[in-house]
Order: sequence, then structure tokens, then C-alpha cells
Amino acid sequence: MYDKDREIIICRCEDLTLADIKELINKGYRSLDELRRISRCGMGPCQGRTCRPLVQRELQSVGIPVKDQIPGIFRPPSKPITLGAIARGSEGVHHA
Amino acid sequence: MRKSAEVVVIGGGVNGVAIAYELAKRGCKDVLVLEKEYLASGATGRCGAGVRQQWGTEMNLRMSIDSVKLFETMNQDLEYDKDIEFKQGGYLLVAYTEAGWDQFKKNVSLQRQYGLDVKLCNPAEAREIVPHLNTEGLVGATFNQTDGHCNPFHVTDAYAKAARRLGVEISTYTEVTGIVTEKGRVIGVRTDKGDIATTTVVNAAGGHGAIIAQMAGIDIPVYPERHQILVTEPVAPIQGPMVMSFHHHLYCQQTPHGSFIMGLGDPTEKPGLSHRATWQFLEEMAQKVTWLLPPLKDIRVVRQWAGLYDMTPDRTPILGGTPELAGFHMAVGFSGHGFMLAPMTGILMAEHILGLPTSLPIEKIDLGRFARGELFHEPSVV
Ligand SMILES: Cc1cc2nc3c(=O)[nH]c(=O)nc-3n(C[C@H](O)[C@H](O)[C@H](O)COP(=O)(O)OP(=O)(O)OC[C@H]3O[C@@H](n4cnc5c(N)ncnc54)[C@H](O)[C@@H]3O)c2cc1C
Repeated sequence: MYDKDREIIICRCEDLTLADIKELINKGYRSLDELRRISRCGMGPCQGRTCRPLVQRELQSVGIPVKDQIPGIFRPPSKPITLGAIARGSEGVHHA
Repeated sequence: MRKSAEVVVIGGGVNGVAIAYELAKRGCKDVLVLEKEYLASGATGRCGAGVRQQWGTEMNLRMSIDSVKLFETMNQDLEYDKDIEFKQGGYLLVAYTEAGWDQFKKNVSLQRQYGLDVKLCNPAEAREIVPHLNTEGLVGATFNQTDGHCNPFHVTDAYAKAARRLGVEISTYTEVTGIVTEKGRVIGVRTDKGDIATTTVVNAAGGHGAIIAQMAGIDIPVYPERHQILVTEPVAPIQGPMVMSFHHHLYCQQTPHGSFIMGLGDPTEKPGLSHRATWQFLEEMAQKVTWLLPPLKDIRVVRQWAGLYDMTPDRTPILGGTPELAGFHMAVGFSGHGFMLAPMTGILMAEHILGLPTSLPIEKIDLGRFARGELFHEPSVV
């Protein structure tokens, strides 16, 4: 059967569709952090910037208003940065 | 939430849910798990997801070897609707000092006694296993193919679902605030959502294990210690095994998902409940890992965080009860390797609580060992 929710991408980094998210919410994963940990939604290079508001809207639509949602955690770094660039930022220390 | 239970398990990390499942599987189904946040919100969901058997003491070795066998068939055994993502890409432990190498040789002879097929490698052989390893100053390495990686969220989810199917109740966002005792035995648990009558409590509260024990009036030599960790963007597979260097206090593995997970131990870290992630960690991690595994310099870090190790003086867990208080059991003090031991922790604790013969001699790692002076002193912790 055609299901348009299977074609709506919510998390581009991890390739999760609206149908995937709805299914998890129905199974009882009811906060951003719980959804993130089970599906990796929001754990990709965009740091959840795209999917977070979309997931919040889905949680709202099952009766959890955004104001009552447990806020998800933002973790550093705020933009992906290479290990080489970080290491170069503090050169001169030898670790062999 | 029920008002009474045969067994109350405090802590919804991997160990709490594994214990609850194994109890229910053995017929003890009136089990309530209490978790102050959500499942795997503690160390379990913050861990390095590594599964290793190359230990230097008897009980860590035996528990980890038997746990790997259980991970191998866990998807089927727990009838899991997802995948625990168990990958056996091996662990390569690298020694950059002669002292480190001597310790490895001792460990390997013990590991072989328990049937583990560990290879002693010279630097050239180590490079065959991890071609991008920096072998400058490398003395030797040990490799065990059946070590690897597993997804901690999914393992916890798998145990929780299987436990619920057997009748276990898991109450999240419920915090234990007290333990009620009478005449030397447990009679109940207090929570922020009401009291529960029970005669059997299991302390599986991870870094908060000593606080829970205090509520029961028991001192245990377990303290929390922050450990930091990061993950990169996913890239094409280039590294099969976990690489671990005790000299650099470092571990680094590529997951089946493609991302690299890596962490450092900080020997100067003080005991405490802080979860704060620091820039200093990021810098030191980046420097050390780009020295040890140079091609990683081009991979981007997407997240860093921290979690608590629940440390004991001999870096070996404490399993079992205590003569001080009947009905009080504990599975704490995992010292940074409690995820990989969880399958056996679940079984041993359930057997012990139900008075069944135990699959391994857990009395060797009870709380009493500190008074007896029979410590294990695990040498291989990062
Ligand atoms: C950075 C890092 C890397 C690690 N890497 C590895 C690794 O690669 N391999 C490995 O095997 N292990 C690793 N570990 C160790 C591993 O994470 C732990 O040993 C393991 O997860 C412990 O599981 P647990 O269930 O005992 O504790 P936890 O997962 O900490 O669970 C305890 C739970 O108890 C809850 N709790 C506490 N107090 C209360 C209360 N009063 N009421 C109700 N609930 C309460 C907490 O919220 C928590 O969820 C690592 C740990 C860290 C921090």
C-alpha cells in the first residue's frame, strides 16, 4: 500500500522517514533523547538542526505539547570539525 | 506503578534490565525496575560500546568470555525486533613501553588458560592488522579476533522488551529516595512517586551505587569518576578492530555504522558526579589519536560527551549481597567495563538472588573481598 510517510525524510543524516519516527513514537519512545538513542535521529553531522523541530511537531501531534517536552541535549562541538584541525590548534606537545 | 514487588531493581541501565530479565526468565516475574530518567540514560548510553575479553584477572576474563557467547545469539535469544549490532572485529592492544609489554605477556598466558586464542604480535604483524597504526616506538601488541563492538542502546532495549514480555514492570522517571529496613532486613523502597513494599532490592545504580548503598546504611568502596568520549561522522570502513593503548590511556574503534568512537582516561581525574565535557579533552584526544592513527586527522568530530565510571579499588565489579543487610543485593563498581559484562551479570545476579547454583563463582567478587583482602587488581583499564 502507498504510504506517503515513507517518502518524507525527517532525518537526512540517518535516512529516517516520517513513518519511522511515527512508528517509534507509537512504540513509546516519547522524548527527543529517547528517540535519538534508539534511532540515531539527530546524531548526524547536522547536529539535529533539521530534524529536531520536525520531531517536536510529531511529539506534539500525539498530545505532548512542545512546552511539556523534555528538552533534548545539544552536545559540543556546535559544528563538525576535523581531528587534524583540533590537534593543530594546540601543537608543540609530543605524545609518543 | 505497583505498590509491592518481589524484587525491586534500582537503575535502568544495561545491568538493571539484564538482571530483571534473567530473574523473570527463571520464574521470578514480580519484578519492578526503577529508573530516575529513561533507560540507558546513565553510563550505558554514554559508553564506548566496546566488548573485550582480553583481561588480566580471572573474573573479568571469565565473565567477559561467557558474555561474548551470549551477545553472539542475543538477537534470537531475546527475540529482538531490531539488531544489537554485534561486530567481532577484534581488539588490538598496543604496548609502547617494555613494562606494558611484560604485563601483556602475563595477561595473555592467563587468557590462554581460559581458552582465549590471543595472538602476540610484533610491530610488523600489528600493522598487518591495522595498516594505519603508527608503529614508531611500538614494542608489541596483542590481538583477539572475537572482541568487538555492540550497540548499548539496543542491548538495553532488547533486555527491557524481553523482560516486559515476561511481566516485569519498568518505571522510568521514578527516583529512589530511600530504602526502608527493619531488624537487619530490607522491607521497602521509597520513591518520588510513592513507597513500594519489597524484601529484595538490587542496587544497579552505576555511578550512583554508593549513594543507594548509603540509603541502606551500607558503605561500599565505589566512587564515580568522569570519563570523556567523542564520536565522528560516519566514513567508509577502514578499521576493523578497536585499538587500545594503555600508555596513551586511549581507545578508538570504528562502529558498523561507520563513525569512530574514541575516549581517553585521565589519570588526574578526581572522584565526582560531573558530566561536563571539556575542550581540553577534545584537544588531547585529537593530538593523541592523530599521532597513533594518522589518517583519522581528516575525519570530523560531531559530538563529545562524558559519563561516569563506577570505580572500585581493584577495578573489578562487586556482585552479590552482604551479611549486614538481608535482602540487599548489588551489581555495581564496573570500573569502565560493565556493558560488556552485562549478559553474565544478569545471569549471575538472578541465580544468586534466587538461591540457585551460580554459573561462575561470584562469591569471589562480593563486597566481603575488601575486608578479606582478596582483591583482583585488574591491570587493563583505560
Ligand atoms: C565514557 C565511557 C566509556 C565506556 N566504555 C565502555 C566500553 O567500551 N565497554 C564497556 O563494557 N563499558 C564501558 N563503559 C562502562 C559502562 O558504561 C558501564 O560499566 C555500564 O554501562 C554500567 O551499566 P549499569 O547498568 O551498571 O549502570 P548505568 O548505565 O549507569 O545505569 C544506572 C542507572 O541508575 C539510575 N539511577 C541512579 N540513581 C538512581 C535513583 N536514585 N533512582 C532511580 N534510578 C537511579 C541512573 O539514572 C542510571 O540510568 C564506559 C563508561 C563510560 C562513562
